[in-house]
Amino acid sequence: MADVNRGNRPLSPHLTIYRPQLVSMTSIFVRLTGNALLVAALMIVWWFVALATGPDAFATADGFMRSWFGDLVLFLSTWAIWYHMFGGIRHLIWDSGRMLAVDKSEAAGVVMIIASVLMTIFTVIVL
Amino acid sequence: MGFMTDRKRAVGMGSAKSGTMQHWRMMISSVALIGLVPQFIFTFGAILGQPYEDILAYYQRPIPAGIAVLTLLVGFYHFRSGVQTLIEDYVQGTPRKVLIIAMICLSYGAAAFGVLAVLRVAL
Repeated sequence: MADVNRGNRPLSPHLTIYRPQLVSMTSIFVRLTGNALLVAALMIVWWFVALATGPDAFATADGFMRSWFGDLVLFLSTWAIWYHMFGGIRHLIWDSGRMLAVDKSEAAGVVMIIASVLMTIFTVIVL
Repeated sequence: MGFMTDRKRAVGMGSAKSGTMQHWRMMISSVALIGLVPQFIFTFGAILGQPYEDILAYYQRPIPAGIAVLTLLVGFYHFRSGVQTLIEDYVQGTPRKVLIIAMICLSYGAAAFGVLAVLRVAL
C-alpha cells in the first residue's frame, strides 16, 4: 500500500512558485527572527556566566559584547525581538479567530513592521 | 450533524494526531514573554556598559535578577519549542533527530548556565 503509485500523484504547488506576499513574508520573518535570536541569547548567557566567574572573564565577555560585532548583533537582535514579539501578538490574535481577513492581516503586517522599527529606535535612544 | 460540536468534528482529523499541547505551551510562554522581554531589555540594557562592580551590585538586587532568571527560563523554553518546529519542517530522517536532540541540550544547557550565573551573583 505504501509503495503504490508513488511519484505519479498530484503535488501541492511548491512554495517558490508563489509571488512573495506581505502576510506570508512577515510570518516567515517571525520564524527567522525568533531562531536568529539564539546568537544574542548565547552571548548574554556567556556575559552572565563571566559576570559570576570574575573580573578577568567578565572583561573578555563584556569586551566582546561591546565590540563592533557585539554591538551589531545586539542592535539587530533588538529589532528582531521587537519584530518577533509583534509578530507573535499577531499570531495570538489570529489564533483567537480574529483579523483573519486578508486586508486586516496585511494591515497588521504593516503595523508590525512600523512598530518594530519605532520600538528599535526608542530602545536605542533610551539605552 | 447538527448536534456535533466543533471539537468532535476536529478530534483525530490531523495527520499527526497530537500537537495541541505543544501549541498551547507555546501560547503560554509567548504571553509570558510579552511581559518579560521588555522588562529584560530595559533592565539589562540599562546596566550593560557599566563597570564590573556596578553590574555585580545591580544584579544583587532581586528585581533585575528575577527578571533575568525568568526571561532566561521562559525564553529558552520557548526557543526550544520553536526551533524544534523549524527543524521538523525542513530536516528529515537522522539529521532531524540529531539536530532536535542537539538543540534541546543547547537550549536547556544555556538556560541552566545562565540561571546559575545570575543566582550566583544575586545570592
